Amino acid sequence: MSESIINMILLTLLACITVGVVRTRNLFGVVVLAGIYSFLIASVMMVLDAVDVAMTEASVGAGVSTVLILGTLYLTKTHEALPKKTSIMPLVVAVAVGLMLIYGTIDLPPFGIAEQPINQHVGIGFIDRSMPETGIPNVVTSVLASYRGFDTLGEVTVVFTAGVGILMLLRRRRKEDEEGDS
Amino acid sequence: MRLDIILRIVTKMMLPFMLMFALYVHFHGDFSPGGGFQAGVIIGAAVVFHALVFGLYPTQKIVTPRLAEIMMPAGVLIYAGVGVITLVLGENFLGYDVLDGHYDPTKNNYHGQERGVLWIEVGVLTTVAGTIISIFYAFAGRGRLEK
Amino acid sequence: MIEDIVTNYNYFITIFLMSCGLYIVVARGNMVKKLIGLGLFQTSVYLLYLSPGKILGGTPPIIGEGYEVYSNPLPHVLILTAIVVGVATLGLGLALVVRINEAYGTIEEDDLFGKGGIADEEDADQGMGGGA
Repeated sequence: MSESIINMILLTLLACITVGVVRTRNLFGVVVLAGIYSFLIASVMMVLDAVDVAMTEASVGAGVSTVLILGTLYLTKTHEALPKKTSIMPLVVAVAVGLMLIYGTIDLPPFGIAEQPINQHVGIGFIDRSMPETGIPNVVTSVLASYRGFDTLGEVTVVFTAGVGILMLLRRRRKEDEEGDS
Repeated sequence: MRLDIILRIVTKMMLPFMLMFALYVHFHGDFSPGGGFQAGVIIGAAVVFHALVFGLYPTQKIVTPRLAEIMMPAGVLIYAGVGVITLVLGENFLGYDVLDGHYDPTKNNYHGQERGVLWIEVGVLTTVAGTIISIFYAFAGRGRLEK
Repeated sequence: MIEDIVTNYNYFITIFLMSCGLYIVVARGNMVKKLIGLGLFQTSVYLLYLSPGKILGGTPPIIGEGYEVYSNPLPHVLILTAIVVGVATLGLGLALVVRINEAYGTIEEDDLFGKGGIADEEDADQGMGGGA
C-alpha cells in the first residue's frame, strides 16, 4: 500500500516538472529541469524494483547527458526564440494521440499482480534457472551477460559506432586548424 | 582565484574515491546492482569532473585523446575475442562453460561462467569509458581553437 | 472509478509524458529543445516497459535468503540496453546541431526552412548552378 502511494506522489511530481520543461524558454533552465526529471525517473524506477536500471539512468541521464547539452549550449546560443507563426495543429495532434492511448489502456491487466501473462513464462523462468545454471545471484547481470550475451555485443558495437560518428563530425587537430574543418 | 582553492582540494580528495567506487561497482556486479555500463559511465564522469575543475589541457596531459580513442575499439575486441576463444576451444560462440579449469560437460561449470562474465564486463567498461571521454574532448575542444 | 484510476495511474502518467514529448518535438523550432523532447519521449517508453514487470510485495531480482517473490527481470535487461543507446543517439544529434550552427549561424528551424529561409536560398543557388 505504501509503495503505491510513494509511486503516485513521485509520478505527480514528474508530470509537474514536464510541464515546466515544455513552457520554459531559457535553455539553461530547461537543462536543469531535465536533470531534475532524470533523478525523479530514477527514483520511480527504484520504487518499481528496477535497481540496475535506476543506477544507469541516474548516472547517464543526469550526469553525461547534462554535460553534453551544456557543452552544446556553450557552442551555440542559449535562448529559444518565440515561434513566428502560432498554430494549433501540434497541440491537437498531441492531445489526440494521448486520448487514443488512454482508450487503449482499458484492456490492460491491473498493476502489480503476479498472474499476468508477462510475468509467467520467460521472466520467471530466468529467476528459477539463474542460480543452478550460472551461480550468479544478480539475475539481471546473468541474463545480460550470459543468457542474452549476443544482444549486449550488439549494444557495445552501437556505442562504439556513435563514438566514431561524433569524432568524425567534431574532431579537430591542433596543428591543422588553419586548413579548415572537413 | 581564492574560490578556486576549495574546489581544487575537494576534487583532489574525491577523485580516488570515485575511481575506487567504479571498480567496486564493476567487480561486485554479480551480487548487487551494477556491472560494466555503470562502472564505465562513472569512470567517464570522473575524468569529466577533473576537466571541469582543472581545465581541459591538464586533463589531456593525463588522459591523452589518443588513449581514449584507443579504448573505444579495444573493448569491442575484448568482447568479441572472448567469443572467438570459446569457438576455438570447441563450444558455441560465447559459451562460457569451456573457460573453466575443470571442464565437465555433464555438470554445471560455475567458474567458467563467472570468468566469462568478468571478461565481458571488462570489455563493456573499456568501450563505454573511452566513448564518454572522447565525446567530451570533442565537444569541449571545439570552441577553444577558434579564438 | 477511483480504484481504476489508482490502479492504472502509472499508465496515465506515461501517456501524459509521451504526449508532452511529442508536442515538444513537433511544435518547437529550436533544435536543442527538440532533442530534449525526444529524450522525454524515450523515458516515458522506459516507464511503459517497467510498470507491468513490478509485482506488489516483491523485491528486486537479486536472489537472497528469505525472499520468495521477485519482480520480473526481463524488462530491466531490455531497458538497460535502451538507455545506453539513447544517450549515444543524443550525443550524435548534438554533434549535428553544432555543425549546423557553424555552417548556417542559427539553430532555429524557422530561420532555416520556410519562406526566405537560409537553407532554401542556398539550395536554390546550387540547383541553378548545377543545372546550367
